[in-house]
Amino acid sequence: MAAPATSPVERIKAASRRLRGTIVESLADPVTGALREDDQQLIKFHGTYQQDDRDIREERRLAKLEPAYSFMIRTRLPGGVCTPAQWLVLDGLAGRYGNGTLRLTSRQAFQLHGVIKRELKETIAAMNAALIDSIAACGDVNRNVLASVNAPESPAHAEIQRWAARLSEHLLPRTRAYHEIWLDGEKVAGGEEAEPVYGPTYLPRKFKAAIAVPPVNDVDVFAHDLGFIAIVEEGRLAGFNLTVGGGLGATHGDPATYPRLADLAGFLTPEQLLPIAEAVVTTQRDFGDRGERKHARLKYTIADRGLDWFTAEITRRSGTALQAPRRFEFTSTGDRYGWSEGHDGRWQLTLHIESGRVVDRDGRQLRAGLARIAGMHRGNFRLTPNQNLIIAGVESTERAGIDALVEKYGLDDFRSARPIRREALACVAMPTCPLAMAEAERYLPAVSSALDELMEEYGLGGEPILFRISGCPNGCSRPYLAEIALVGKAPGRYNLHLGGDRKGLRLNQLYRENLDERGFLDALSPLFSAWAGERQVNEAFGDFLHRSGLLRATAPAGSA
Amino acid sequence: MASAGAAVQTQAFPLDAERVELLSRLVEGLDVSTLQWLSGYAAGLAVAQGGTVRVLSATEPDISAFATIVHGSQTGNGRRIAEALAAKLQVQGIQARLLRAGEYPLRELGRERRLFVVMSTHGDGDPPDDARAFTDFLFARRAPRLSSLEFAVLALGDSSYPKYCEIGRRIDERLGELGASRLFARVDCDVDFEAGAADWSERAFEALEQARPALAPARVATLRPVAVAPSWSRERPFTAELLANQRISIGDDVRDVRHIELSLAGSGLHYEPGDALGVIAENPSQTVEAVLAAAKLTGSEPIKRNGSSRGLADWLRSGLEITRVTRPLIGKFADRSGSAELSALLRPGNETSLRDFMTRTQLVDLLERYPADWDAPALAGALRPLVPRLYSIASSAKEVGDEVHLTVARLDSGDDRSSRAGAASHFLATRGDAAEVPVYVEPNPRFRLPTDSSRDLIMIGPGTGVAPFRGFLQERAAIGAAGRNWLVFGARHFASDFLYQIEWQRALKRGVLTRLDLAFSRDNGQRVYVQQRMAEAGRELYDWIESGASIYVCGDATRMAPDVHAALVSVIERHGALPADAARERLDRLGAEGRYLRDVY
Ligand code: SRM
Ligand SMILES: Cc1cc2nc3c(=O)[nH]c(=O)nc-3n(C[C@H](O)[C@H](O)[C@H](O)COP(=O)(O)OP(=O)(O)OC[C@H]3O[C@@H](n4cnc5c(N)ncnc54)[C@H](O)[C@@H]3O)c2cc1C
Ligand SMILES: Cc1cc2nc3c(=O)[nH]c(=O)nc-3n(C[C@H](O)[C@H](O)[C@H](O)COP(=O)(O)O)c2cc1C
Ligand code: SF4
Repeated sequence: MAAPATSPVERIKAASRRLRGTIVESLADPVTGALREDDQQLIKFHGTYQQDDRDIREERRLAKLEPAYSFMIRTRLPGGVCTPAQWLVLDGLAGRYGNGTLRLTSRQAFQLHGVIKRELKETIAAMNAALIDSIAACGDVNRNVLASVNAPESPAHAEIQRWAARLSEHLLPRTRAYHEIWLDGEKVAGGEEAEPVYGPTYLPRKFKAAIAVPPVNDVDVFAHDLGFIAIVEEGRLAGFNLTVGGGLGATHGDPATYPRLADLAGFLTPEQLLPIAEAVVTTQRDFGDRGERKHARLKYTIADRGLDWFTAEITRRSGTALQAPRRFEFTSTGDRYGWSEGHDGRWQLTLHIESGRVVDRDGRQLRAGLARIAGMHRGNFRLTPNQNLIIAGVESTERAGIDALVEKYGLDDFRSARPIRREALACVAMPTCPLAMAEAERYLPAVSSALDELMEEYGLGGEPILFRISGCPNGCSRPYLAEIALVGKAPGRYNLHLGGDRKGLRLNQLYRENLDERGFLDALSPLFSAWAGERQVNEAFGDFLHRSGLLRATAPAGSA
Repeated sequence: MASAGAAVQTQAFPLDAERVELLSRLVEGLDVSTLQWLSGYAAGLAVAQGGTVRVLSATEPDISAFATIVHGSQTGNGRRIAEALAAKLQVQGIQARLLRAGEYPLRELGRERRLFVVMSTHGDGDPPDDARAFTDFLFARRAPRLSSLEFAVLALGDSSYPKYCEIGRRIDERLGELGASRLFARVDCDVDFEAGAADWSERAFEALEQARPALAPARVATLRPVAVAPSWSRERPFTAELLANQRISIGDDVRDVRHIELSLAGSGLHYEPGDALGVIAENPSQTVEAVLAAAKLTGSEPIKRNGSSRGLADWLRSGLEITRVTRPLIGKFADRSGSAELSALLRPGNETSLRDFMTRTQLVDLLERYPADWDAPALAGALRPLVPRLYSIASSAKEVGDEVHLTVARLDSGDDRSSRAGAASHFLATRGDAAEVPVYVEPNPRFRLPTDSSRDLIMIGPGTGVAPFRGFLQERAAIGAAGRNWLVFGARHFASDFLYQIEWQRALKRGVLTRLDLAFSRDNGQRVYVQQRMAEAGRELYDWIESGASIYVCGDATRMAPDVHAALVSVIERHGALPADAARERLDRLGAEGRYLRDVY
């Protein structure tokens, strides 16, 4: 067959001299706050996205002014670990260059929003001075690597954190473009350095990896292109079950796109992790669809060619074989709020940060408080895949001091917040996300209270329930794994998805389309009432909907 | 200028009246080629009579003229007055030539016999740009003795400026010093100059009438009269419909700047890029109320003033000036309130403090701070008529048809000017759709695009000074001008008052705008202004100038214009490797050649 046409982004990458493009010229142009179009694609590989404040787009258009362009910078933070010193640097940058907030993402990273072009370079350089980079935080490469943070008592806990970092390092692009452009590193002659893993045009699409430590599936390991489930035997890390081909992004009304849970491919020992991971990446590099970006994720490559073909391919490439998958059990995806003791005798405190937004607002001074804590804390911080924050490595003697600050600054919301609100995830959406079709983060407080009140009506108040909302079908808050999900369709209108479990093993189903708030509350009422009436002991809402036949049955992940 | 041309024809004829009459009938309505044939024919006859061909231009300045009327005018008032006088004289068959100060042949001043000067004051007591050479020459030490000259001066000014009628006054004094004799005393006119100007002209006419026997009668009545004034004028404004009133700056830390679109449909008015639009405003009602409250008057008091009788409030809203204070007004307040502070301000030497007192003070403030009892007639009597405000036209008819666009900065935004608004800017900024706005076109022949459209343009217009350049670019795009266009713009913040940002971006993409340099004064730590950008781009700027570019400057007269002027001088000095004064002369020459034009306010 004829060589398939390549997407425009492929051509931009190919012509970019290893992701340099004309970014430097774009940054220097004083007439606009934007970058040239091609460069807008390329900067993603450097960890930053061009956005604009959608709230004031119209006002500015009428004023004959261009949109209020600014940049979102996303850090690379394997396993979500950062030091108090680094926290303070980011906090300072958020105040000086950003929009005064820090955003903890669903991939355990930080986002700074609202950095203007003029100050982009200074900001990125300052982050680097604090040893935080944003290389490959976005773009068609391996993204920030997730690692479980909720099983501190497991010896694997610390070990997989190291693996997350090594995997991230191993899959970093080798181009010096980032250093040249943002850090004034000296120019590489020709600017055509080798990319042993990626090659000149990198991957066909973004690529995501995660490592989970049972029994907690906080990373939603089946949602990623590449996953590792830590297998701990006799108190030591025996190896990992490998999962491949997960991904959630979809497009409304395009059945060719769909969320997909990863396949369980087999078991591998720690030494095999890097070779196998590399094999997975290079296979996707060579076989992924470079013509249609909507069809370019690994999940489609595997769905199209089959798991057996894929396992054979990675075995051949890595020269090491997989063993049969080992037993594992997940009990939940949620964070364990409050204090818990680690295997090393130190403590960690998990705080609820609603949709990850660290901000001083309505009485709660999250940003100020966390800066204070960072000022005295001697351990480190862990960002969780649930957009929350863990103050980790605390000596028992330090706990009281931290508790005092937590209370003083209103960081103790995890104690008071209703379960539905405490477990909820919301993506960023408006006003910064260019793809948002509806509100998400800004709507979360109101909508979760509305749901909570509805549950109250059926005596279900306080029942744990996993609710996630995203502003479009891309699914950044991993909504397709929630028991109740709202997926934005238009301002004020959402698709209602129902029936996920609480372990990240089952996709939910589209239940009703295009509902406004009244609409989805009305759709839920009878279901809540049935759940309240007919549920078995501790039966979760999603499980109930399946057992009672209100939803069609589906096989859970890993049960292949 | 058609009128000047016509007037010039009224003298310099080597023919007697009859033959002039015959000639004028003969040439009436002939087309160009016939006229050219005719001149050739006449030249042929001359040669036949054994002469050598020497064509005398009918417009060649000839000082055998009986009298000369010179006008130095920036915004057209003086020009209109001078033209009217010339027309009147011409009709009466009195020889007089009409000249712009800029075109006056200075070397002839020494032989001039009767000189009538109509001169306005601009900037901060400066001559109109067009009159600089004239005044420099006159005020210079080496100015000629003028013992045989008779003269009269009409000074135009605005008593809301500290240096009221400064230039007219100095010219009047200087001519005296140089030995010339006054035909009659100088007349100073405030912005309501019509009456004063009319009787000055009358006296000029009489003076010449009396002098007339002294020379051969010249009847030129049959020559075409001076072009008639346009149908719409500041006295008879056209009521334009407001099409758009859009704020084009965002946020509270920058001035509220409006993009205004008005319809001239059906008016028959037309304008050239560079012209200004005169707007006859109504004063803000909250200011009127504040004034009445402060003066403890109801507003219903009937006031009779030049013919019409309306209630005081009515007069204050439309017709009288209440936002700008004038020197005489301060004088009247000084008397009534007996405030020593005010009297002190008016004493010579205090011009600076008087100036910023005036920009900070409105009638309301005077009434509140210097209490005195005012009855309605006294107050109304103390106020002068409301002056039209001029706004640079920000569009080209070739692009917008019968619309006219303006770029207007509100003076009452940002600070505590709620009841201290600027009359016209507030008026325009608060009009709604389809509102009626009385306007007239104020031609500005000194600020025109080069006739040669292949000439490069350097346009320096920070803030609302950018307005005419929007019109320039529209025009240049419409006619497909070959010349390059370079705009230097400045404002406070890139994000909030980068006026017409997306239009400039489009123009750059289309190649209509060749280059755009920007200076934002409040964005980074250090304040950057257009003159810095000009210095940075000095090399290219100089190259453009050397390759024939015309330089246009528009906007703030007090700070920007002088700074930009200095910047241009040092660019020429530096990159032309010239000593400072040579650079200055070079720039003056550019001005004289019409390649350095300013429209500052
Ligand atoms: C910040 C974050 C959501 C959050 O509230 O935490 C986020 C925010 C955005 N995502 Fe996402 N995604 C985020 C996790 C996810 C996840 C969840 C995950 O990875 O665990 C998913 C679903 C899993 C997956 O990839 O399949 C996800 C699937 C997408 C997609 C759909 C990809 C697809 O295969 O169709 C897009 C759109 C795209 O890539 O074309 C997207 C694009 C975006 C962009 C960059 C919009 C854009 O492309 O211009 C959003 C920036 C909004 C803003 O203003 O900050 N984001 N995005 C998460 C940042 C993660 C990180 O630190 O790297
Ligand atoms: C040829 C020409 C072209 C012009 N083009 C434009 C243009 O394109 N756009 C534009 O916006 N303006 C332009 N102007 C200025 C305009 O004509 C008015 O002078 C201006 O809008 C203020 O008028 P106003 O009636 O609003 O305020 P006024 O009623 O005249 O003044 C209101 C009050 O503000 C005070 N004041 C005066 N000047 C200032 C100042 N600069 N800052 C603060 N307070 C002040 C006065 O003392 C008074 O108390 C131009 C002027 C000229 C002569
Ligand atoms: C920017 C500007 C500055 C002025 N400065 C003075 C001044 O310093 N003194 C003065 O008496 N009049 C000043 N005037 C008022 C003018 O002299 C007055 O409007 C006059 O009628 C203009 O006549 P013209 O149209 O012939 O130039 C100024 C007018 C403008 C627009
Ligand atoms: S889910 Fe859609 S709206 Fe929400 S952040 Fe992701 S891309 Fe933006």
